[in-house]
Amino acid sequence: MSNEETIKQEYNITIYTENQVGLLNRIAIIFTRRKINIDSLNTSPSEIESIHRFNIVITESEEVVRKLTRQIEKQVEVLKVYYHTNEDVIWQELALYKVSTDIIAEKVSVERLLRENGARAVVIRKDYTVFETTGHREETDNLINILQPFGLIEFVRSARVAIIKDSEGFNSKLREFERLEPGEEVIENEYLNKGSKVFTM
Amino acid sequence: MEVAQQEILTQPATKATTKVSGSVALLEALIAEGVDTIFGYPGGAIMPIYDALYDYNDKLNHILVRHEQGGTHAGQGYARTSGKVGVVFATSGPGATNLVTGLADAQIDSTPLVCITGQVFAHLLGTDAFQETDVINITTPVTKWNYQVTDANEIPEVIAKAFYIAKSGRPGPVLIDITKNAQIQLFDYEGYTKCEHIRSYRPKPIVRPQYIEQAAALINQAKKPFILFGQGILLGSAEQEFKAFVEKSGIPAAWTVLGAGAIPTGHPLNVGMLGMHGNYGPNVLTNECDVLIAIGMRFDDRVTGRLDKYAKQAQVIHLDIDPAEIDKNVKTTVPVWGDCKETLPLLTALVEEKQHTEWVNLFNEYTRKEVEAVIEKELNPQSGEMTMGEVIKQLNDLTHGEAVIVTDVGQHQMVACRYAQFNKTRSNVTSGGLGTMGFALPAAIGAKYGAQDRTVVAIIGDGGFQMTCQELGTIMQSGVDVKIIILNNRFLGMVRQWQELFNDRRYSFVDIQSPDFVALAAAYRIPGKRIDERADLQGALKEMLDNKGSFLLEVMVTKENNVFPMVPQGCSVSEIRLK
Repeated sequence: MSNEETIKQEYNITIYTENQVGLLNRIAIIFTRRKINIDSLNTSPSEIESIHRFNIVITESEEVVRKLTRQIEKQVEVLKVYYHTNEDVIWQELALYKVSTDIIAEKVSVERLLRENGARAVVIRKDYTVFETTGHREETDNLINILQPFGLIEFVRSARVAIIKDSEGFNSKLREFERLEPGEEVIENEYLNKGSKVFTM
Repeated sequence: MEVAQQEILTQPATKATTKVSGSVALLEALIAEGVDTIFGYPGGAIMPIYDALYDYNDKLNHILVRHEQGGTHAGQGYARTSGKVGVVFATSGPGATNLVTGLADAQIDSTPLVCITGQVFAHLLGTDAFQETDVINITTPVTKWNYQVTDANEIPEVIAKAFYIAKSGRPGPVLIDITKNAQIQLFDYEGYTKCEHIRSYRPKPIVRPQYIEQAAALINQAKKPFILFGQGILLGSAEQEFKAFVEKSGIPAAWTVLGAGAIPTGHPLNVGMLGMHGNYGPNVLTNECDVLIAIGMRFDDRVTGRLDKYAKQAQVIHLDIDPAEIDKNVKTTVPVWGDCKETLPLLTALVEEKQHTEWVNLFNEYTRKEVEAVIEKELNPQSGEMTMGEVIKQLNDLTHGEAVIVTDVGQHQMVACRYAQFNKTRSNVTSGGLGTMGFALPAAIGAKYGAQDRTVVAIIGDGGFQMTCQELGTIMQSGVDVKIIILNNRFLGMVRQWQELFNDRRYSFVDIQSPDFVALAAAYRIPGKRIDERADLQGALKEMLDNKGSFLLEVMVTKENNVFPMVPQGCSVSEIRLK
């Protein structure tokens, strides 16, 4: 087994599913059964009506991730699963920060810091102001550190959403899935197109 | 219910409709699916279905079990011998939770089941109502699919989907939870249409010719090829295709516990059983073959022993219908995804006709060593107390290997699997993956309903029998003909064996007392006999087999016999011990 296979790193797992009650649990237990922590989980509608999209982030080796994706794809209501490293996706997380309006009004430097970090005010009230940023984990974390000395009242960060760089979407695939005899391309196989790497004959 | 409507081919709207209850729609669906037998137990939340069943008595044979776990095992036994889907009814709450062991067993052994559970009224869900449990979430990890029906309109589509999912691809258990209001509700019934396609579900991977070609090329250049076969052959009804492949290629073939009988025990290329208590040659030579061909098996740890020392020298070809099994435990050189019923003939066409005489002889040499060290004294002991092995041997002689053998879990199971003769497919019914003690007695009941023209013999230990012996009541009431052999060694034998070998004979809670089994059977009006003399064995087995109807035979066997050979846990298959 190559080293690449066993090194742990963040993987973004993208799952296209039917919209079915109970499916979240069915997918979640595939991780929990193996005592794998889910770093982030987001479900949302996909580009196709009635098809849901899960984005799950875990820190694991590629070997483990590949086995997990096969187990997920085996579930009846799952259409397709992909996994990607952070380099293969464009991803964002949204964060909200609540700080006291008084402090911001008093200290001009805070407003400057917020602007420098791309934060945007969502709500400004007499007693508090809520700022929002989107970005990678380091970026949203950075603003926590900056605001902490000024009395950060509340902080929350969303799950990660990710778009796969090298993907043409799911529309054409779905049409294949709807056929009784689908074409070969619906069941991707990492051995395909990598024959020379896999076979030692 | 957006999903079911999209996914299932619905009836044309022109069809005439009639008002029926959800319960009637359910029973009509079962009949349309070819169901003839249901194993079940009524209760409050499933009463409307049982009320409808009252009028379907002539079309659906309902067997009243004594515990819902027994219902699932009976359903499994039925599925294993018939190849059809086993059907189980249970009520909500405790009725449903009692199904869990059987579901888990069916899930790990890929047995097709459709379990119907009653559920409290939809408006009571989540209120901790009487006999309410969250059955869907409890059973999610142990079902291939499950679904809660809260509206009768869903029933025809959902049941169609349930049967399709249970039996297609890699089979497995499905649970449908139906709230009481949906059972009662009258709706416009438009008839039943079987499900043939679900867009998100791919039961069979597409067969790719390039892998068949690569596999054939590997096999054709192999000097010491070795076949491992499992239940996939039975599940795919590919016994003929498999036999043709083995005979043309001339490759020795060994079986997993659930693969037993896919090719007859006496076939010259059937070299025996794999795994912890399998045969000597198949284990040792796994680490000497050059090409390993795994067919419809999943490299369970009881088969592979220590993985990092398992067949490392071999190129591995894996034929399986479930893509998730490829590379799960053993790294594959050529993955042949697909139904082996389709892939095996393609492979057979490309392999050269060969005889690996020298290589096959090597297996026979190991067999000779094993006979000398283990088998002879197990099957033909000259003195001392009876052995489990000799009981199986005598049974083989009397049934000529034609019987269905149902086993429980433990020493007797390993002995029976090792020594029972299987001339026919679908003859070995046992709890393989889960190792469920208590499986055999109810499974034997189902096995008989699934194969009514065959003799069904349940072989059970004194421990396992006491886990589900209430099913004697089911036998009494249904009149089903099941022959029961209890191999009584007055110990929980397999655990005792491990304690002897690995825990310095510290026999911790393995000394189990039993009731008078023959008297217990008599209380259920089942005739029986207990023997402890070798001289009585053959006569007693004959009496059991000749008896019209069920019979319980208790055979007192050696207390501290061990099952050998054995691959100790954590050891490589080549470190198999003969003593």
